[in-house]
Amino acid sequence: MALNTEAVGKTYPANLYAVGREKIREYAYAVGETNPLYLDVEAARAASYADVVAPPMFAVVYQGRAITPALFDPHVGIDFANMLHAGQEFEWGPVVVAGDEIKTTITVKSIEQRGGMGFYDFVGESRNQRDETVCTGIWRQIVRGRS
Amino acid sequence: MTLGPGDTIELKVTPDQFLTVRYAGASGDFNPIHIDEEFARSVGLPGRILHGLWTMAQVARAHTDAAGGPERLKRLSVQFRGMGRIGEEIVVSGTVREVEGAVAIVDSQAEQAGHRLIRNAVAEISVS
Repeated sequence: MALNTEAVGKTYPANLYAVGREKIREYAYAVGETNPLYLDVEAARAASYADVVAPPMFAVVYQGRAITPALFDPHVGIDFANMLHAGQEFEWGPVVVAGDEIKTTITVKSIEQRGGMGFYDFVGESRNQRDETVCTGIWRQIVRGRS
Repeated sequence: MTLGPGDTIELKVTPDQFLTVRYAGASGDFNPIHIDEEFARSVGLPGRILHGLWTMAQVARAHTDAAGGPERLKRLSVQFRGMGRIGEEIVVSGTVREVEGAVAIVDSQAEQAGHRLIRNAVAEISVS
């Protein structure tokens, strides 16, 4: 199979995510976090944050929402039934707190074929309302070839 | 924060029966292989499997707990391998490879019953 690489470089319209206090708590409980910075407004304020802090991996919430249209884009052409999440990378800037508005832009970084499999890498760049980069994510998907 | 070369970090966690349902709601990833036993079996899996990004969150938590807070974790990259099972303990273990200036580089992995779910994880932690 020859892989279609036309979509490399394609960027999707920015997704705007409003970070909620209860969403941070819900996420923190689901991943077993007990640090009061994530759960207790007073503890967060005592540590000089405006509101509860999002755990770093909360990036999957605001970036995950943004990446879905790219994964399902017919122009990219991922065979979803044969897709595996092979790897993930995040680089973080200033922490995200409840009340932030995070704008995430997804770009198709690379599409390569190796050993009969397709390797699809997407980059997500997330900025807050002060235009600071809070997170850059690389989402690595593998699509197994149909035989 | 004092993390020096050779120092180790560890975290143990056992995912309960309804964890994947809670995580699906919290994360927005409702792929049925994580929450629907029948669907998971119909596509050849032994049953519902854990979300890889939940397991990565355990790796992240091991680092932020050891480093003293969320703002210290600057970077984390992982490779996913294998399928995480419900009800079996997961062990995250890591070792500080080196400290360059104010940044510690930590190598880690997550394993369950002898199978690695995450390998070649590399983190950068601020130790200033």
